[in-house]
This record gives sequence, structure tokens and C-alpha cells, in this order.
Amino acid sequence: MLRFIFSRLLTFLPTFFGVTLIAFAFIRVLPGDPIIVMAGERGVTPERYQELITQFGFDRPVIVQYWDYLKGVLHGDLGHSFVTKKPVWDEFFTLFPATLELSLCAIVFATLLGLPAGVIAAVNRGKFFDRTLMSSALIGYSMPIFWWALLLIIVFSGWLGWTPVSGRISLMYYFDNPTGFMLWDALWSGQKGALWSAIHHLILPTIVLGTIPLAVIARQTRSAMLEVLSEDYIRTARAKGLAPFRVNGVHALRNALIPVITVIGLSVGTLLAGAILTETIFSWPGIGKWMVDSIFRRDYPVVQGGLVLIAVMVMIVNLTVDMLYGFINPKIRKR
Amino acid sequence: MPLLELRNLSVDFATASGPFRAVDGVDVSVDKGEILAIVGESGSGKSVSMLAMMGLLPWTATVTADVMNFDGKDLRQLSPKARRKIIGKDMAMIFQEPMSSLNPCFTAGYQIKEALRLHLGLDAKARQKRAVELFEMVGIPAPEERLKAFPHQLSGGMNQRVMIAMAIACNPKLLIADEPTTALDVTIQAQILDLLTGLQRDTGMALILITHDMGVVAETAERVSVQYAGQKVEEQPVADLFATPHHPYTSALLAALPERATERHLPTIPGVVPGQFDRPEGCLFSPRCKFADDRCRTVPPVPASADLGFARCHYPLSVSAEAEA
Ligand SMILES: Nc1ncnc2c1ncn2[C@@H]1O[C@H](COP(=O)(O)OP(=O)(O)O)[C@@H](O)[C@H]1O
Ligand code: SF4
Ligand SMILES: [Mg+2]
Repeated sequence: MLRFIFSRLLTFLPTFFGVTLIAFAFIRVLPGDPIIVMAGERGVTPERYQELITQFGFDRPVIVQYWDYLKGVLHGDLGHSFVTKKPVWDEFFTLFPATLELSLCAIVFATLLGLPAGVIAAVNRGKFFDRTLMSSALIGYSMPIFWWALLLIIVFSGWLGWTPVSGRISLMYYFDNPTGFMLWDALWSGQKGALWSAIHHLILPTIVLGTIPLAVIARQTRSAMLEVLSEDYIRTARAKGLAPFRVNGVHALRNALIPVITVIGLSVGTLLAGAILTETIFSWPGIGKWMVDSIFRRDYPVVQGGLVLIAVMVMIVNLTVDMLYGFINPKIRKR
Repeated sequence: MPLLELRNLSVDFATASGPFRAVDGVDVSVDKGEILAIVGESGSGKSVSMLAMMGLLPWTATVTADVMNFDGKDLRQLSPKARRKIIGKDMAMIFQEPMSSLNPCFTAGYQIKEALRLHLGLDAKARQKRAVELFEMVGIPAPEERLKAFPHQLSGGMNQRVMIAMAIACNPKLLIADEPTTALDVTIQAQILDLLTGLQRDTGMALILITHDMGVVAETAERVSVQYAGQKVEEQPVADLFATPHHPYTSALLAALPERATERHLPTIPGVVPGQFDRPEGCLFSPRCKFADDRCRTVPPVPASADLGFARCHYPLSVSAEAEA
């Protein structure tokens, strides 16, 4: 198992360097001089300009600059935000829990609904439930997120008044946020109603962010199940006299999980990176919103560092998924 | 009363290109402790008829029968739940492909103990004990370790032994072995057949052995049922069948046996079993039968009397196979 993890880590090295290179190249190929942008409307004197160029190392050869940058990254130094002057690393980890919390809720929502739905659809192939589910999945998959979010907000927040429109918790509550995970912190704050408020705020963003993964997971589960259900070992399981629940839910599902875990993993990756829209719509203070704001502010170190960190997170998720394969299907561990 | 009695069993599949009758009015009867062989070329409906009896066909299949009795119970009247109490316990089945018939995600031990818990309600300790005992019975060395192995870590022959152990786990009254050796090496084939007949002798269970190999039939079975294109075309005790086959198809199968070949080359039966789209009008064997005449090609034959082996033929043979060849 250790060897397996190690070999997987090795395959991530090229990806990692590729990402740092792209992030590094990003601010050099974008139009506009970052120093000028940083200086803002007040402008900058030529002397100060030179000073800043030297300070940021822009006068040295690009290779050296990249090397310095890479060294920094490997030491956990991603530079400082132009705007807040705080280390990018600190900003990222203050905001990341919000994104992670939302992403996890979305993926749990999508998995809890999508997995059983896909299994039931496959077992009842061609029947009413199957056809309804597959058409809904198609709609869910092709629904523009922005439009879907607005629709939900209009119905549930506007007409019905059930859910809040933005933020992570009602302003009524104030407490320390040591972990950054609102559900957790609200639970331990001891304030009555805080947890409920936090859950309340999570509902709509979770549904919006989870819709596409839900559709993807349901479809993938269904097609993987259909393939597995025609396997010989399913016939063996039924020949033992096992009830359909055990045949479908244990013998078939366990085998169908490999491709499903893959799409769940891929979804988590895209969720972390792609919560941008949802976070913006719901004013969710996570890294998606942070990145968007930084791009508008031309806060290059943040954009650069954020890209690298998001990529690393996606790689960690993929590694976890790879390791899960081995646990689910021992045949894969051997290869 | 026979242990298993099927009368006029038919199976129709709904396929994209219309209905297809894979099994057509087959009768099967097996006594307690008896070995019945069902022979016929690939596509004769041997597997489908047994899967129908076990209730393992997909929903596209429609199964009909005049009689479907097992161990005094009418299988047609049983609810799916009541039927699941019988299959895997009193009536078990093993399949052609041992490598793909075991679930790759679970250990051999898990898969065998699953049946023990379901049907016998044994606790963990008793399950382990019984599983080891079963592995010893089917000749698996180092049973404790093999119980922990996954199917891909075992050979084909070993997996088939696991399948057999699983099938006999709850002391079935009837074991159906569907071409259990076809996918295995020749040397392993004989071992598995010996194992099956040995277990049959020791436990007194009835055994239905499906095969397309007349050689296997000669060595193991007591009674033989020959199936062709979904129909039973002949049935006789094994010695009589080999001595005096009554149906031209049986005769042709026997002539194709290596030790009976008179020419240098092994005579095979020209042509193939008719499928969904090329079913002939009269006798299903007529396109390949050397005795076929106009009557054969237009009028479907009905089974002959018992002394003619119920041969489904207008002109049953009654000369011995040796003379015929
Ligand atoms: N699920 C199915 N749907 C449609 N046709 C089937 C199905 N299973 C088997 N058949 C057809 O039924 C016929 C008999 O098959 P089978 O019983 O497997 O033959 P055998 O076991 O004698 O080789 C074949 O023509 C096969 O194509
Ligand atoms: S009925 Fe005619 S064609 Fe059919 S097996 Fe008999 S002799 Fe041959
Ligand atoms: Mg078969």
C-alpha cells in the first residue's frame, strides 16, 4: 500500500510543476503591468517604479524568478497579497474551510441522492422511475447554474421565505470561528439556534452546487450498475437465494462503485475549483469568491497562489480516490 | 415421486427483433440421488431451461410449464421470497466460467459464508468451521488461507472448487452443474468431474450435469437427455443410449466421438443449431439430418414411445450405433 501511494505521488510531480509553471506564466502573459496596476490611479514615480521592480524581482531573468517562486512554493511561501499585504497562504486557509464545507455538503447531498437513484433506475431499467430520473438528470446537467440559483432563490427565499439569500449564518449570532467550519463552530458555540441558522444558510448553496454532481453521479451509477448486473457473479449471488437488496446493494453496487467513485472524486475537484459561481451568487466567503475578487483587483500573487493551492487540493482528492479504488476492489491494488 | 419434475417447460425471450422460443416443451425428471446428463450443442437451450427452473432468467424471459415440481413443492405457486428459500439451499447451481462467477470484490470465505448465514443461520464461529470443512471436502489445500483469498488470487480450477463448495454448503438435494469443466484445462477437467461424482455419491444428492461432451456423459451419468434447438429429442439410460441411439442427432453426436471415428478425421455434424431467425418448418434437425425427406421438412415430429427413447423423429433409428457408423 505504501509503495502504491508513493508511486501515485510520483505521478503527481509533473502535474505539480506544470501547475506552478502555468500560474507563474499567468501574470507575465496577462496584459497590463502589475506594478502599474498595483500603484492604482495615483500612479507611481519612475524611482518608486524601479524600486518596486527590484523589490518584486522583476528585473532578474525569468528562469531565476521562476526558481525563486518555486522555492517559495515548496517552502509554503506563496507571497503576499498586493491588497491586504497578508500572506496568500494565510488568506487561503482562512477562507478555504468555507469552500470545503460547502463542497462537502454538496457532494454528500449529490451522493446520498444520486447513488440510490442510480441503483434503483438500473434495477428498474426502462420503467417509469428510470425514464423520469434520466430525463431529470439530463435537465440538471444542462441547467445553467446562475439561472437555477436565481430560480431557487425566487421560490424558496422570495415566495416561501424559507431560506436566507446570502451569507453563512444569521447576523444575530456572533462567536469565534476557530476551525472555519461554520456547522462545527456553531455547534460548539453553545448559542441556541446557531447550528440551525448555519444549516439554513447552507441549504440553497448546497443544492445549487450539488445539482450537476447529482446528475453526473446518478447517471454514472446507473450505467455502471447496468454493466455489472449482467455479470456472471450476479447470477451466482442470485443463485444463492440472496434477496434483491443484497444482490443489488452489496454484490452489484460494490463492483459498480469504482467508476462512481471516480466521478465523485472528479466532482469534488471541480467543486473546489468551481464553487466560484455559487459563492458569488450567495456571497459565500470562500476561495471561489476570493479568486474572483482578486482577479478584479489584479491581485496577482493571490491569483497565482490560489491557482497552485486549488490544484494541490484537487490532486490530494485524486490521490485519495486512487487509494479508495484499492480498498473497494482488491484486484486493482495488485496492478 | 421424482425429486424434480418439469413437464412441457417453455421459455420465450422478448428480444428487440421479436419473440424467441429458446426452450420448447422440454420434460425433465430426476429422482433422488440420480445423475442425469443433459447433452446438446451450444445454443440448444440447456442452460436456459435450468436457469428457468432456478428462477434466474432476466425479466425478458417468459417461463411456462404444465408441471414444475421440486421436492413436493409446485415452484410455479411459490412467491419469489419462498422460492429464494429453496434456491441456494435445496437446489444449487454451478456455472461454466469459474473465473467470472465469483465476485471479485469479496473473499472466497465471505462468499461461501454468506450462504451459510442466509440459509442455516450459523454464527460466525460455526460458519468458519463449516467453511473450512467444505473447502476440505472439495479438495482445497490450506483452507484457512484460501478462505481469505480473493477470486483473482486463485486458479480457474480452484475457483470452480470454491463454487462447488458454495453450492453444496447447505446440503442441497439437487445440484445442477452447467458445463462445469468446459472452461478448464483437460487435466483439471477430470479432477472436477471426479469431485462432483464423488460428492454426489457421498452426499446422495441428485446431480444434473449439463455438457456438450458425450465423453463426459459416458463416464458419469446414469440417464441422458439429449436436447436440440430448445427441444428434448431423446432420453435413455446411458448404456442404452450409447448402444442404440434412436434419434439421428444422438447418433451423429456419438459418431463424432474420437474413439468412434472410423475415418481419419473426426466427423462433425455439418451446420449449426438453428437460432432465432433460421428455425426450419418441420423437424428442427432436418437441415442437418442425412435421413431428412419432404415429410421431415414440413411436419414437426412428436416424441416417440418410451422404448424408442421418446425420440422426436418421424423415423427413429433402432440399429445399434456401431452398425450405424
Ligand atoms: N437472455 C437471453 N435473451 C435472449 N436470448 C437468449 C438469452 N439467453 C439465451 N438466449 C438464447 O437461447 C438459446 C439457448 O441458449 P442456452 O440455453 O444458453 O444454450 P446452451 O446452454 O444449450 O448452450 C440461444 O440461442 C441463446 O442465444
Ligand atoms: S424427423 Fe426426419 S429430419 Fe428430423 S431427425 Fe427424424 S429423420 Fe431426421
Ligand atoms: Mg450453456
